[in-house]
Parts: sequence; C-alpha cells; structure tokens
Amino acid sequence: MGDPHIGFIIAAYAIAVATIGAMIGWVVLDFRRLNTQLDQATRALDSARGGAKGKLGLD
Amino acid sequence: MVNLANPTTFVELTRRVVPWLAAATAALFVAGLWLSFAAPPDYQQGETVKIMYLHVPAAWMATFIYAVMTAAALGTLVWRHPLADAAQKAAAPLGAGFTFICLVTGSLWGKPMWGTYWVWDARLTSVLVLFILYLGLMALWRAIDDSGRAAKAAAILTLVGAVDLPIIKFSVDWWNTLHQPASVFRLNGPTIAPELLMPLLAMSLAFTCLFLTLHLMAIRNEILRRRIARVTMFAAVEGDRLAPEFAARGA
Repeated sequence: MGDPHIGFIIAAYAIAVATIGAMIGWVVLDFRRLNTQLDQATRALDSARGGAKGKLGLD
Repeated sequence: MVNLANPTTFVELTRRVVPWLAAATAALFVAGLWLSFAAPPDYQQGETVKIMYLHVPAAWMATFIYAVMTAAALGTLVWRHPLADAAQKAAAPLGAGFTFICLVTGSLWGKPMWGTYWVWDARLTSVLVLFILYLGLMALWRAIDDSGRAAKAAAILTLVGAVDLPIIKFSVDWWNTLHQPASVFRLNGPTIAPELLMPLLAMSLAFTCLFLTLHLMAIRNEILRRRIARVTMFAAVEGDRLAPEFAARGA
C-alpha cells in the first residue's frame, strides 16, 4: 500500500487493537481476580462456621 | 425454557457458550480483516477507506450497546429482572470502549479526508455526548455504595440519556453536517459498492460477536462480585453470631 495516508490507517488499526485488547484484558483479569476473592471469602465463611463450631464442640 | 433469571443457571450457560462465541469472534475477525485488506481502494478516499471498516462497526456498536443498556434499564425499573442491572453495568465499559474506537478512528479518517481531526457538528458532538454518558454511568456506579440505589440511579440516567440515540441517528438528516448521511441502512438499499460493503458487514459481525462474548463474561463477573459480597457478609454474620459463645466458653 503506497497510500500517502498510510500513517493514519496504521494508527487507527493500532488504537482499535489496543482498545479491544484492553476490553478483553479487563474482563479476563477481573474474572481471575474475582475467582480468587470468591475462594478466599468461601474459606473465611467455612472457617467461621466449621472452625468455630469445631472449637465449640458443636459439630 | 432455560431460566436465565437464575444467576447460577446463567453462569453455567456462560461457561458453555463463551468458548464457542469467542471462536466465532476470532474467525469473523480473520475473515473481516482479510476482506478489508483485499478490498479495492475507494475512488475518492483511496486506501483511507480501510479506516471505515473499523469506524462504522464501532459506531454501530456504540449505539447498539446503549440500546441494550436502555432495555436493561427498563428491566431494572419496570420488570425488576434480577440480572438486568448486572447486564446494564457490564455493558457500560464495553460501550465506552467501542465509542472511543469510533471517535478516534473517525478523527484519524477526518484529518486526511476533511482536513481536520474534529468539527463540532451534530453527528460528532452527539457521539461525544454518548461517550460522556458511558463514562458518567460508570462513575455513578462507583460513586454509590448501595448497589440497589446505584442500579436505580443508573437506570434512570440511562433512560434519560437514551434521547441521544435518535439524535445520533437522524443528526445527519436534521442538520447541515460535514458527516455523510446513512449509506447502508437506507430504505432504498445501500449505496456502497458490494466490494466495499462485504468487509464492512464482516467486520460488523465480528464486532457484534466480540461484544456478545465480552458482555456475557462481564455479566458473569458481576454475578461473582455479588456472590463474594454475600459470602463475605455471611462470614461476618457467622463470626458475630458465634463470638458470644466463644467468649462464654473462653475459646
């Protein structure tokens, strides 16, 4: 492509790729972070229920 | 019929559907980009027309996503669907992303074609207003701690902002503008040559599939966020409930 405006075309595609990449990254990284948080919260709940009941002899 | 109002059912459905949607999105992008770069140059725009294969689908997605959010806002306020506000909240950053692509690629096309990156004409200004609406809605959700109140406030703002959609669509007809009028969705059929229309439609399908994939994933993330809040609250309540027994037994 020997178009005089090739720089504008490359810049447009680069920005679109970067923005789409950012959207995909946001969703995927958020999912991983939330899964880790859910595991931690579930462990905290289990220890609050089971651990406490075990200590109190309620099992 | 699958009960999509049930978050657990929705998460399971997402787990099964997303890989297929992601694969379809990748295939459509490969096809769309191949068609875009194989398409002949436009007789007036030259190769710069290739920017249109990003700009036009992004513009369609920008308004389509806001229409989806408007439907979700009605779902929140009128039908009180349990996933409507999650769908609305999940769509806003994606809408902002596509609107950003639309604005930037339009600007990069405008400089060589119009001689300027920006003009304050009706179409460009109304799309900029849409971008600000997306950012405003994202800020609103962050600003209100109570998720129920945040969802209602965001739904009302979304419905008020929906007035921008017909303004965007008909701005090129209602006012004198530098932006060209509709050339694809017209009563008399598209005015674009088929060689240029095909890559445009392929890229539009790719953008639509990308949105569907990311939207489903983002709604699933919202469901997870609520689950975390609920489990954390239960853990705190259990801790408080058992604390007096601990103290009484000296545990």
